Amino acid sequence: MSCKDVTMHELTIANSLVELASAHAAENGARRVVAISVRMGVLCGIGRSLYFCFEPASRGTLCDGARLHIEEVPLSVRCEHCDETKVPKALYNFRCPDCGYPTPKVVSGREMELTSIELEATEAAASFGAADDAGTQRSAL
Amino acid sequence: MCKVCGCGDGEVRVDGKIHESPHSHDHDLGHEAHIHHEHDGDMHFGHGPAGTHVGGVSQSNLLKIEENILSKNDGFAQANRDRLDVLGAVALNLVSSPGAGKTTLLVETLNRLKQDFDMCVIEGDQESANDADRIRATGVRAVQINTGRGCHLDAHMVGHAMDELDPPGNSIVFIENIGNLVCPSGFDLGEASKVVILSVAEGDDKPIKYPDAFAAADLMLISKTDLLPHVDFDVSACIEHARCINPDIEVIELSAKTGEGVDQWVGWVAGRRRERLESEQQDLQSRLSKIAAAIDANDELQRRHDA
Ligand SMILES: Nc1nc2c(ncn2[C@@H]2O[C@H](COP(=O)(O)OP(=O)(O)O)[C@@H](O)[C@H]2O)c(=O)[nH]1
Ligand SMILES: [Mg+2]
Ligand SMILES: [Zn+2]
Ligand SMILES: [Zn+2]
Repeated sequence: MSCKDVTMHELTIANSLVELASAHAAENGARRVVAISVRMGVLCGIGRSLYFCFEPASRGTLCDGARLHIEEVPLSVRCEHCDETKVPKALYNFRCPDCGYPTPKVVSGREMELTSIELEATEAAASFGAADDAGTQRSAL
Repeated sequence: MCKVCGCGDGEVRVDGKIHESPHSHDHDLGHEAHIHHEHDGDMHFGHGPAGTHVGGVSQSNLLKIEENILSKNDGFAQANRDRLDVLGAVALNLVSSPGAGKTTLLVETLNRLKQDFDMCVIEGDQESANDADRIRATGVRAVQINTGRGCHLDAHMVGHAMDELDPPGNSIVFIENIGNLVCPSGFDLGEASKVVILSVAEGDDKPIKYPDAFAAADLMLISKTDLLPHVDFDVSACIEHARCINPDIEVIELSAKTGEGVDQWVGWVAGRRRERLESEQQDLQSRLSKIAAAIDANDELQRRHDA
């Protein structure tokens, strides 16, 4: 499989991903993004093919050469009858696997999320990291 | 070229005009995610090497983002929705495979409603302005968006189409999406509802194959029912499949050719408009009573002053 086999749609998503990641990298004064982690819901129909689009989409950007990690997020739904989150038996049947009730609410499986990026440290960023050594989460923006 | 949507770069045309990224000033939607700086070793991702590399080896920074990849689109969609809300206008996003009968049904719908309602149409197609021409022949205004290779409309393109159309107050804006059941479902355009159209020529298992399109829609239209005697299409099985995915989805069976079921669809559209107008009316009424109360308070103060 090469990028020629993937659809324009996946390229669009890859472009949006690269653009978003690059914007965050630039805001943080990074020269390069080393790695990108995303979460893709199974219902988006994208999944692994994003790997193939990522490279051409990232060429010439701050994300050029970055490693891409895709976490596939399974489908889960809210069953009001069982009052619990359940995992349906199939992607085309969202009914509760235990009681058979229809479940109008998808809890997970539709997300397309940029989870994190790893930036190549600039000197400023490195000292920023050191200053943050207590391990506290600090809001940067 | 439109850097914002990145979709079909350089190929997006609104009414034939190449869509240059026209105003970089308002492209700062999105990016409101909270970002936490964390350095190596402080984060435990449990998936992939990004989280498992050895702390202290490099000085690289891990930046937690947790932002929707399509957040920019969602920002534009919200802007479209706000704009429509202020107008009391309702937008419907029609999604289907190519050839399911969207344009034919739209033409029929416009002819039935144009005496009574203000309407306009945003036509999405990869190439050609044929569909917009078919719409304009009814006398209703339409804007054609050509996406080139792009497989769906996005909210940014629709915003520009609305600039051109300038929808009147209390109107209905129909959006005919690119013929495709995969891509459009993830792209909010600012519509009140997505309507998924499935023709009986396609096969009753479409909801199984493209669940997200059916999960995202409020209404499923089963179109071209005049062809039912000639095809192997089990209407009740199709509805059952769709309701396994979306138990709340409404269903109307229709044929634009014979007119069967079209009244019901037109009634649904009018119903959506009424809902929109009622909610607008409630907002205005509550605003009016707040203004009346504010005036009363003013008068009260004046009375005390005069006394
Ligand atoms: N038999 C039949 N054909 C239809 C009906 N509606 C549309 N068509 C035909 O289906 C084809 C595609 O229709 P069109 O409206 O262009 O589909 P779109 O691509 O979804 O906009 C055309 O040849 C139409 O004449 C219908 O209700 N019955
Ligand atoms: Mg059409
Ligand atoms: Zn697409
Ligand atoms: Zn249950």
